[in-house]
Parts: sequence; C-alpha cells; structure tokens
Amino acid sequence: MTDKSMTCEDVIGQLHSGMTLGIGGWGSRRKPMALVRALLRSEITDLTVISYGGPDIGLLAAAGRIRKLVAPFVTLDSIPLEPHFRAAREQGALELTELDEAMFMWGLHAAANRLPFLPVRAGLGSDVMRVNPELRTVTSPYADGEEFVAVPALRMDAALVHLGRADRLGNARYLGPDPYFDDLFCEAADTAYVSCEQLVETAELAKAGPPQTLLVSRHSVTGVVEAPNGAHFTSCAPDYERDEAFQRLYATTPWPEFAARFLSGASEHDYQSAVRAWHEEQQ
Amino acid sequence: MTTRAEYCVIACAEAWRDNGEVLASPMGLVPAFGARLAKRTFSPDLLLTDGEAMLVGLDGTVEGWLPYRRHLTMVTGGRRHVMMGASQIDRYGNQNISCIGDWQRPSRQLLGVRGAPVNTLNNPVSYWVPKHSARVFVERVDMVSGVGYDRAAAAGPSAARYHRLPRVVSDLGVFDFATPDHRMRLASLHPGVTVEQVREATGFELVIAAEVPYTREPTAEELRLIREVIDPRGLRDREVRTA
Repeated sequence: MTDKSMTCEDVIGQLHSGMTLGIGGWGSRRKPMALVRALLRSEITDLTVISYGGPDIGLLAAAGRIRKLVAPFVTLDSIPLEPHFRAAREQGALELTELDEAMFMWGLHAAANRLPFLPVRAGLGSDVMRVNPELRTVTSPYADGEEFVAVPALRMDAALVHLGRADRLGNARYLGPDPYFDDLFCEAADTAYVSCEQLVETAELAKAGPPQTLLVSRHSVTGVVEAPNGAHFTSCAPDYERDEAFQRLYATTPWPEFAARFLSGASEHDYQSAVRAWHEEQQ
Repeated sequence: MTTRAEYCVIACAEAWRDNGEVLASPMGLVPAFGARLAKRTFSPDLLLTDGEAMLVGLDGTVEGWLPYRRHLTMVTGGRRHVMMGASQIDRYGNQNISCIGDWQRPSRQLLGVRGAPVNTLNNPVSYWVPKHSARVFVERVDMVSGVGYDRAAAAGPSAARYHRLPRVVSDLGVFDFATPDHRMRLASLHPGVTVEQVREATGFELVIAAEVPYTREPTAEELRLIREVIDPRGLRDREVRTA
C-alpha cells in the first residue's frame, strides 16, 4: 500500500498560486499551522481560502497571500477579533465571500457528496444574500413548496487539516472532543494533506481510541506529515492547549516584527526554536 | 440591595422560562449566569454546554456530546434558545456582528455573521447588550447578520416559519417585540432606570406604554444562588456597573 508520508515542504511543492485551498480546524483550534507556516515560506500567493477562520487567515492575509476568502467568521476565540484579518478587510486587501456557519457546513457537504448545492434554511432575510449576489434560492418540489437558499458546493483544489494521530497510509484520528469538519474538508478537496502530532503504525492508530474517532480515511488523503506541535499556537486537545501568551504576542506585535522573529527561518524547526526561546525569555 | 447586574441576571434567566428541554446557549457572562439560575430554579430541564463539545450538568457532569456539527443540527432542529450579543440592533430586531460601515470596505471589521443567519431562522434568539446606547440601538444596522421581524416576513414563509425573537435584555431594561407590527417595545425597566434614560440611549423610537413595569425582584433564594453559588466572585459587576 502507498506510503503517503512526506514533509511540509513536499506538501507545499504540490500546491501553486491561484489555487482554492481549504483549511480545517475552527477559529483558533486545531489549525494546520505548520503547513500554513510552510506556505508562508513559499512564494505561493493569489489563493482562494475556505476556512472557519482563525490565525491561519490572519497569517496568510498579513503576508498578502489571499485573493479571496470564503468564511463565516475569523476569530482567535479567546481574542474575539483577528487583528490581521481586520486590517486586511479595513484596507480592502482581500475579496470576501461571507457565509453563515451552517451555510458553510452544507457547502462542504455538497462538495463532499459531489452535489452542486444543498438547500438550507439560513441566509434568507439576512445581508448574506445582499453581499453574495450570486447566491440562488431553490423551491422544495414537495407539497410544502418552501423556499431555501441553495448553498453552492465549496469544492477545493487542496485541503490542509491537522489531527492528533495518523498512519503513513493517510488514516487519521482526532483525540480531542470535537472533529470540527476536517473529514469534510478532505472529502471536498481534489487533494488533501493531513499533518499530525504523531505518525504511528496502523495497528497502533487503531488502538489509540474508539473507532468513531478514526475521522479521516486514506482514500481521501494525498499526503501525511508528522508535525509535532504543528497546530501551535492554536489548541490541539488533548495534546496541548492554545498557547495564549504567544497568541497575545501574535495579536499585539506589528506584523513585520512578528514575521521577522518567528517566520523568517528556513523551517518549521526554526519556528519552534524561536517560540521556545521567546518562552524562556518570558520566565 | 439588589444590584443592576443582578436584575440583568434575572431578566436573562427569564428568557429561558417554560422553554422545556432545550439547549440554553448564553453568550456573555450575565446571560451565562442567567441560564444557570434558570436551570437551578424554574427551568431544571434545560441543557447546558461546557463551551466546548460537551453537554454538562450544573456541576460539570458530562451528559452528552455536542461538537460543532451537531450543535448546528440542534440549531436547525429548533431545540435551542440562544442569547447572542449585538454590535448593532434595530427596532425590528435585525442584528449586526459582522462589520461597521460599508461591507465592501468596513470602517471596523468585526467577527463576521457567524451563525446569526441560521440561528434567527431556526431557533428562538434573544439578545444581550451590556451597555445600552444609541450606537448599539440604531435606526439601521450596517449588515443584517441576525434577521429581524420585518426582514423575516419580507423573505417569505420559509424564513418566518420558525423565526422568533423572545427578548432583548440590556443594562437598562427588557425589550420585546410584542406589538402588532413587531416593533421593539420597552417591556420592563430595571429598578433605578427611567423611561427618559432609555429613550435617550436608543437611536430609534421604541414602543413605550403609559405604564412600564419594573423588571421583577429576585427572590431571596435567587439572590443567594447568584451571590453564593453561581457567581461568588462577583464577575457580573464587571459586565454591568452598578449605576
């Protein structure tokens, strides 16, 4: 069977400018940050990004990599407003398709099920319809005759997600309480890359928890990356909590200064070392 | 003496009275204390979350699993009553948490619409505004995130079918839409607040009856629960200053 293990750099080597990229996780939770940082080290730009947005969006927006964002929100959770996303919006630096959280979810389901759209009772009456004039409604063909929003499929060229454990074949399991929508991201994308805290043998993966936490299956995965602490500074329960102190630093440091200190290295290893050095300074 | 924050907790708790076995989703400290008070007293069947993926009892005992995808099902299934915040709200209950100014290029980008559109069309939605002002209670919101009564009606029967905004609680009083055309009405004043104060702090004309009742007094047991059990550290006073 195919060994799909690769490095962050291998993954980025398979992406290119102008792509539509889905990013899993939710807000500042279990974001594939090591892959996002690798993306920042590349020249890839002009992206359409689909995300329940957190610092993944802030980082990519601050670096000018996003042409268009599809999202229902961007937040750091414990810090409600993402400063770099805010700045980008207030400067008109990116295009936005703003959808409701449920519309977004059904867009993922539609894409994963190869449907052009799915109907939702959401969006009607709200300004989501005004700011997305391309959205259409659909009438129930049954006796009720109700009208719904037809959320278009959120199909993507590639998806990036981060999970707790994975094997080399591309099977992956979440260990925390919430799967978020990472399986749907993988199934809604033409290619999907899973980073994980720890790469394990398949037999060990199966023993790491109950079967229903085997969220992502290998048929929907193109590549697997072992990236310990790879969701930093977002949370990756139960392996680690959000690094609140570092997130505060991220949110309050001018972008050039933050990028120079933490993102200018040649590798994820350099980033993790810079973070460790910063934490040691704080003590 | 009952503080303003305590009247707010009572007013929030009352939002969940007679709701039965639904999820109480409070956003903000005072609504969270209100939900817990309601569950401890007159609405014991309410469901609560730990703010993550678990349904929990008052003591934190896990009784169920509610990750985001199932939470969204609970919203559309209608077995939930959320109390959301509002950066802006208008007389028909249209609410904005997305951005201030022109959406194309906002002067202040906020959270985004989040789940406000799906919430307002599917499960009862109340609002909590800790600082009542004409900047929040506006003539027109800049981006309709949560749908108000006029917009739900205009959008047709599918939008209006499960649309319901039971109440708005602010630090000045309680408001509802119990008027023939669903315009916002001053339902009660928190003791110590005058009708004039509310008028001045509201950017549109409220429906105000000749006699406006006061928000009810907490019982001695409710006060004890708020002060000794639910919020012994007095965090409520940080969200609502005593006038």
